[in-house]
Amino acid sequence: MNPTDLTIAQARDLLAKGELSSMELVEAHIDAMETSRELNAYITETPEMALAMAQDSDARRARGEGNGLLEGIPVAIKDLFCTKGTLTTAGSHILDGFHPVYESTVTANMWRQGAVMLGKTNLDEFAMGSSNLTSYHGPAINPWKARGDHRARVPGGSSGGSAAAVAGRLALGATGTDTGGSIRQPAAFTGTVGIKPTYGRCSRWGIVAFASSLDQAGPMTRSVRDAAIMLRAMAGHDGKDSTSADVAVPDFEADLDKGVKGMTIGIPKEYRSEAMAGEIEALWQQGSAWLEEQGARMVEISLPHTKYALPAYYIVAPAEASSNLSRYDGVKYGLRVEADDLLSMYEKTRAAGFSKEVKRRILIGTYVLSAGYYDAYYLKAQKVRTRIAEDFRDAFGHVDAILTPATPSAAFPADEPPSDPVAMYLNDIFTVPVNLAGLPGMSVPAGLSGEGLPLGLQIIGKAFDEATVLRVGRAIEHAAGFDTRPEGF
Amino acid sequence: MSFDKTTVARISRLARIATTPAEQERLAGELGGILAWVEQLDEVDVAGVAPMTSVVEMNLKAREDVVSDGGDAEAILKNAPSSAHGFFVVPKVVE
Repeated sequence: MNPTDLTIAQARDLLAKGELSSMELVEAHIDAMETSRELNAYITETPEMALAMAQDSDARRARGEGNGLLEGIPVAIKDLFCTKGTLTTAGSHILDGFHPVYESTVTANMWRQGAVMLGKTNLDEFAMGSSNLTSYHGPAINPWKARGDHRARVPGGSSGGSAAAVAGRLALGATGTDTGGSIRQPAAFTGTVGIKPTYGRCSRWGIVAFASSLDQAGPMTRSVRDAAIMLRAMAGHDGKDSTSADVAVPDFEADLDKGVKGMTIGIPKEYRSEAMAGEIEALWQQGSAWLEEQGARMVEISLPHTKYALPAYYIVAPAEASSNLSRYDGVKYGLRVEADDLLSMYEKTRAAGFSKEVKRRILIGTYVLSAGYYDAYYLKAQKVRTRIAEDFRDAFGHVDAILTPATPSAAFPADEPPSDPVAMYLNDIFTVPVNLAGLPGMSVPAGLSGEGLPLGLQIIGKAFDEATVLRVGRAIEHAAGFDTRPEGF
Repeated sequence: MSFDKTTVARISRLARIATTPAEQERLAGELGGILAWVEQLDEVDVAGVAPMTSVVEMNLKAREDVVSDGGDAEAILKNAPSSAHGFFVVPKVVE
């Protein structure tokens, strides 16, 4: 078996038994990265660092140390996490040449647990997108193709490079971030597992900020067990992020196989619409049947404000982005376009450094926060957000988890993206409400579309109850037996 | 509400992003479309509803008011496009 085909759990066990070295594992991945560059999954490959880290890991193990959760495991890091001394671009021209002088808390946690960095993965610019088409470094490509159609498919976004790397066997796991679906949608598009934990579960310190009240980091892997292992290594309280939650991080793997017997799982009726594709509806019903067969009680629930989640999100997220992205001014780091006066220098630098989609969002955000409009837009959206969170709170009074589709469709062709911004935003219709309410949500591969592309189901849980989300996800994974892989990878 | 070129010019100045008249024309249409779409929020009854200020229920922690970091000008300037004598360099702002 090629070491790149292992899951994290399998690799961990082989490493522990001494039947595999981290060096062998890393070398196999470096080879795979070299032969699969057409996926454009990585913006920066760091093979030398990976080999050095693998050597250190093997040496620790030989000394009888090295009992970290990810000891010797090669992973990819979304290029939104600051990594000390390694180029960090956020997929943007404006961060040209930026080499952080510090390490993000999440990646530092992973290195402390023995993980090995293979490189930094591609993403939509500043994590704003659902296709990876807005990256300054070119689009990442989905390893999956539709049957009888050789056109490249998008891997989803914004964590598209991480999804492509994991699905294409170019990393055992990868970090992602999710502001409105940026872990779950690409996971669904690539047949991988992705979990956005509860807001506050992972520190945001050192992650390039998009929308601070929505951003969360999480793992992207090829199995639910791997997601449980990796999440535990990433999570934990951090004094450097005031919104990081001071709650214990459980061993998410411990209860993974305990099943769903006796659980009550909600099916929100507002997620069903006339427009829903037949195969998405069928997948959702199949998922519900699988859980019922395993002893869960499925009940219909109501989340009445669901339809307002996307419009509220497209006020809150751009507003916060316009503030966060004001730091890119041509003075402190990255690109500068010279001009005679300071104001022109700012304006020209930002005009050249940001792409269309980022400018669009900064301008919307600036508008909704500008004098006279704050109450009508931002404040109103934050009130609607309270309503959305209340809907979930009411539902979780009588259910343990919620099951929905992850995306309204399978991956679309890279040369035929949705025609206008709002149509593109609709990709996140099932995922955005979860970010607005700060809850954990996971996408698990559950089947194939009529065209042979992967489709995912989403499990939503109570705040800080990722353990239940993972358990339900494991039950779906078990029933689905999803073992198809992209041809040639 | 119509979203015109003048409004785009005003907010792009506020956002410190230079835009050409052609871009302003395109953006007026795109941003106007997005704003028209978000106006459906007016259907929601939010009377007496508090705006969300904390995503998950938690109290912000207080910490000791002590200096824990800093004093490293070299690291801070390391990525600057232009710096000199321990300072960022920008175009002249005072005549």
